[in-house]
Amino acid sequence: MQDLGIKVLFEGSNFARLLSGLWVTLEISLASVAFSLVLGVLLGMVMTLRNPITKVLTKIFLEFNRLMPQLVSLFLVYFGLTTAFGIDLSGQTSAIIVFSLWGTAEMGDLVRSALISIPKHQYDSSAALGLTKLQAYSYVIIPQTLRRLTPPAINLTTRMIKTTSLVVLIGVVEVLKVGQQIIEANRYTAPDAALWIYGVIFFLYFIVCYPISKLAGRLEKQWRN
Amino acid sequence: MELEGFEVLDLVFMKTYAPLFVTAAKLTLSLSFWGILFALVVGLFCGLILYFKIPVASRIISGYVELSRNTPLLVQLFLLYFGLPKVGIIISSEGCAIIGLTFLGGSYMAEVFRSGLESVEKSQIESGMSIGLDRLQIVRYVVLPQALTVSVPALFANVIFLIKETSVFSAVALADLMYVAKDLIGLYYKTNEALLMLVIAYLVILLPISLLSSLLERRLRYAGFGN
Amino acid sequence: MTTKNENTLLEIEHLQKKYEDAEVLKDISFKVDIGEVTVVIGPSGSGKSTLLRCINGLEDIQSGRIILDGKSITDGKTKWSLVRQKIGMVFQSYDLFPNMTVLENVLLGPTKVQKRTRQEATASAEQKLLRVGLLEKRDAYPRQLSGGQKQRVAIVRALMMEPEVMLFDEVTAALDPEMVREVLDVILELARGGMTMVIVTHEMQFAQAIADRIIFIDGGEIIETGSPEEFFTQPKTERAQKFLNMFTFE
Repeated sequence: MQDLGIKVLFEGSNFARLLSGLWVTLEISLASVAFSLVLGVLLGMVMTLRNPITKVLTKIFLEFNRLMPQLVSLFLVYFGLTTAFGIDLSGQTSAIIVFSLWGTAEMGDLVRSALISIPKHQYDSSAALGLTKLQAYSYVIIPQTLRRLTPPAINLTTRMIKTTSLVVLIGVVEVLKVGQQIIEANRYTAPDAALWIYGVIFFLYFIVCYPISKLAGRLEKQWRN
Repeated sequence: MELEGFEVLDLVFMKTYAPLFVTAAKLTLSLSFWGILFALVVGLFCGLILYFKIPVASRIISGYVELSRNTPLLVQLFLLYFGLPKVGIIISSEGCAIIGLTFLGGSYMAEVFRSGLESVEKSQIESGMSIGLDRLQIVRYVVLPQALTVSVPALFANVIFLIKETSVFSAVALADLMYVAKDLIGLYYKTNEALLMLVIAYLVILLPISLLSSLLERRLRYAGFGN
Repeated sequence: MTTKNENTLLEIEHLQKKYEDAEVLKDISFKVDIGEVTVVIGPSGSGKSTLLRCINGLEDIQSGRIILDGKSITDGKTKWSLVRQKIGMVFQSYDLFPNMTVLENVLLGPTKVQKRTRQEATASAEQKLLRVGLLEKRDAYPRQLSGGQKQRVAIVRALMMEPEVMLFDEVTAALDPEMVREVLDVILELARGGMTMVIVTHEMQFAQAIADRIIFIDGGEIIETGSPEEFFTQPKTERAQKFLNMFTFE
């Protein structure tokens, strides 16, 4: 019985389809990460401004994105924007918007705390050495900040990839949906396919995320010294 | 409520269907409660094993931690709910939800407990040794109380994380908050109202816990624990 | 001349300790008699703290013996939790348990290890806390105490186990100067009461006042021993003289 199940994986282009579904997931998450990095840096700098209005607005933005389950935000954009403004967004676009906003909030907070945590004497001693402000930033401040930010940013990437699995619930054809389609198509020929298909998807996610999180861990250990 | 043809919010609709959200919220909370409870137990057990570096067991548990942290809950649930029946193991929706949360949450809790235990300074352990306490007594009276206290903020963060994760339960045929919202949108096209109630429901659940967590964190810092 | 056997409480024989390949303690031998106060002094890194930690079993030794009450405690069969009840130790970093009050801190050992009744232990604890002047702090938490107060509580905690010998490892080194005296006074009183002690300290005047014998250690070896009068005025070795010179200004 289980023989039939696992055969499904090797039939036709099934496995290739799964991989292309996984690629959809990766496209969404990597695009979101890219946006988050850029916008997050900007947000982080804005968050360090002493203006009370920006402080309140950014805080609300941050807390909302942190507290609300991402699936709720997906619903808000995918279903809500359509009715509210009549725009028809695809599941993928909605996902990229939602995850980019979430990622921007997280990155922004990281950047903000990285900027604050650089001890003032770093700025002072750079000036004492005769570096111009631009030089101080390029050679002293920014490298340190980048170092501090990289492991959490890589962590965010894995979280993003895992969260993208949610888009199956708003109809995007990603790896889980492809899996469902394959199982459905082979309902009579391979009734046990579900175990193998979902098992493979489980390990596909692991194979993608594990190396990335290990990388983050290694970098963190290296750069802590 | 209608203004010049631009409909604002149908409050009557909201009042009528609010009970549905309440029921769904209760379901979410009860499943979360059990999932988190088991996750804490599993986490403490695994955390202790990792801390004591018990030979074979730590390897297995490290493997478990990596596996559960690098895969989405949704996929884990699909495997439990759709996959296992194919080898004769049939678990109810609620069962899958709780097992999934425990599997995922256990590894996150284990990490918190492990680092809490390791944060207790060696000199504390030596103090315990020098008054004649044996290893078990030192863990029980000196290490564990301090480790647990230090872990509280991170544990709360995990609780919030796990409750957020429960939003996928509709995928295994549970009538949770997302399901109710989607249903109402599909049946009555009252998108704004349904979404608003959805957001309010989650805020009501999560905001108090988040505030409590910040409060506890501040009190712990005052008491001299953590940084 | 007193017979060594009856009065000797602690014997260290040819102790050797290595960290990786570096020899921290080379060949340490000395005896401590009942009621004797031995003060170990020497430069940083000479191995003095390591010596105390070896006596208490917090560090393992590569060769040599430690004999307490005529019985070897380094034969590999010793239950350290039993031995450590006879050897009390107070550390530089106080290390009271932060999650317990002062009273709970000092009662933990007697009640959980020695299985004494809570009433009896509390009575003893309160008497000792009174003697060090901290009875009214019995319900305070360590974070509410000053360094000197914490150190005095640490001494009481160690004394509660009714040890035969007390080890003090630079117990005033981490204290603000104003608090050093209150702690040293407690130790002085203990010595006058007849407690056997091995003290590692930098406080030279204190050492002179309290010691029955001085052991000078440098580079993991005992360079010189003698009475405090001999050592501080007429040291026999050049290294000892050099060390003492660091504490005097022309």
